[in-house]
Amino acid sequence: MGYPHPSHPRETPVLSKYFGDPEARTLAGWRARGGYEALEKALATDPVEIQNLVKDSGLRGRGGAGFPTGMKWSFMKPDGKPHYLCCNGDESEPGTFKDREIMRWTPHALVEGVALGAHAIYAETAYIYIRGEFTEPYARVAAAIDEAYAAGILGANAMGTGKRVDVHVHRGAGAYICGEETALMNSLEGRRGNPRIKPPFPAVAGLFGKPTTINNVETLTAVPHIVKNGAEWYKQFGRADNPKSIGTKLFSVCGNISRPGNYEVALGFPFKEFLYDLCGGPLPGREIKAVIPGGSSVPILTREEAEGALMDYEGMVAAGTMLGSGGVIVFDDRQDMVRQIARLTRFYAHESCAQCSQCREGTAWTTRIMERIRDGQGTAEDLDTLLSIADNMSGKTICVLSDSCATPVVSGLKKFRHEFEAKIAANRSMVTVPGAPRASAA
Amino acid sequence: MSHGPSASGGAIVAAPPHGHHHDEPHEPVFVGATRAELDKILARYPNKQAALLPALWMLQDARGWVSEAGMEEVAAALEITPAYVKGVVTFYTMYHQHPVGTYFIQVCTTTPCNVCGAEDVVKSFLEHTGCEDLGLTSPDGKYTVIEVECLGACGFATPVQINNDYVESVTPESVPRILSELK
Repeated sequence: MGYPHPSHPRETPVLSKYFGDPEARTLAGWRARGGYEALEKALATDPVEIQNLVKDSGLRGRGGAGFPTGMKWSFMKPDGKPHYLCCNGDESEPGTFKDREIMRWTPHALVEGVALGAHAIYAETAYIYIRGEFTEPYARVAAAIDEAYAAGILGANAMGTGKRVDVHVHRGAGAYICGEETALMNSLEGRRGNPRIKPPFPAVAGLFGKPTTINNVETLTAVPHIVKNGAEWYKQFGRADNPKSIGTKLFSVCGNISRPGNYEVALGFPFKEFLYDLCGGPLPGREIKAVIPGGSSVPILTREEAEGALMDYEGMVAAGTMLGSGGVIVFDDRQDMVRQIARLTRFYAHESCAQCSQCREGTAWTTRIMERIRDGQGTAEDLDTLLSIADNMSGKTICVLSDSCATPVVSGLKKFRHEFEAKIAANRSMVTVPGAPRASAA
Repeated sequence: MSHGPSASGGAIVAAPPHGHHHDEPHEPVFVGATRAELDKILARYPNKQAALLPALWMLQDARGWVSEAGMEEVAAALEITPAYVKGVVTFYTMYHQHPVGTYFIQVCTTTPCNVCGAEDVVKSFLEHTGCEDLGLTSPDGKYTVIEVECLGACGFATPVQINNDYVESVTPESVPRILSELK
């Protein structure tokens, strides 16, 4: 199927196969499509075996960091303590809207993945944290959980195995930062969503002080397919010369593009063909000017850089950016990059939790300078000041929101410096000294 | 969070509108079926404080906003202090600390929507609702319009959240029809 467009022949729909199919939302519909077979198999399997299978499959976190999922799970040992699994459905990274479609079209796929993940880390309780704005995904997931309990899939005797698996849904209340894993745990505990200092890492002391694993919606939804079809099956997705990036990945495409929406391709797909063939290229009569390929926190690419990139973790690093969340933001030749970078820094200033001074002050200060350049009030010194602030904002705070604000400024200044300078030059030509003849009319 | 600059440079936290009653006595929310619902939610967590966000949602759903008296009731129900509750309420953008219009309209203007013309959608909503500015409720009490940061529906620019529901692919031209269909 596919949503909002039918799947393109060059897509590899695994997770997105039933997007747009309302029957897949119900338990009966999900079971008819093979749902919960993987969970049943997994509940009868030793957690270590599942951890090893997922390690072997090469699956890496799809939320942005790309950490190997099986390895993350292997940090969880049977130590007699309560364990928790948190599913991160706080999808808030500008440009990213893939988890929303998973949750609203195939909520049982997520519930199955979460229950399976909980078993694999010796947890009896899992929480799915969904951002507060996502009322429809929340309702769909909550309904799926209710159906799963009523059918005995969840609860004290999950699928008749005698194992307890509880899955609960928890709604956020508006805060980008709660997508950061330790902020998410604080928010789940009824606190302000401030990130926590690591160590201790969540696997040692996470939610309610207990060993905890946090995985993204897309990551957990991929696992049942691996359990069902095997690691070797999963390894077919990816380019032959890069064993580090395996599997299919959902990419959300937005901005100035002919066919915005979600696309699922095997990792390693050529970005140029993706943008022009699958997504239809720029709007008629326009040209692509810049692309942010992995959500707003990753470095901006010029069109030429984007066209040469491969869509996997290493391919994007080679192009000077990151795969991130897979949120692709396209800018065409009408866009004023200074204006759009200023808008991004304003986003981060608004969303800073304000506990680290570099971030609290840096995001606001950066925004003020970016906006005065945007408004024709900037000076040549402002560019150095921006870079100096960016340096002081990077690698110095509890979480990476601060770094994320610096990223578009630094990459934007590197690649679109002429646009900044043009605005500043326009400002200087307007300067007049009282009594002196006006600078030559530009 | 209110410390940073807002999307518009103007007020992003909804200001007290005309004609609402701040001083009405607080009718308890957690009674009867709502109390039973809260008890069900409490059973999901190892402590009561963890039910704070859900409890605040129940309060806001029942009363339209989160008042000081409401926070006190939540605090009592969860055995935490009202000051603690307020500290949490003020962190999150979705809890209204003042009454808002019947239709609370949030227009996404973050970069992906911005490049698709979201700022013109905001202007259209202000014009057609009679709201004087962002965050101010219209004189008839029906509408409050704010800019919101990324709604996570970037492929459907411009998404607008009206109370609980998303309206996707909104253009300046479609605003009058969207408003006329609200009921």
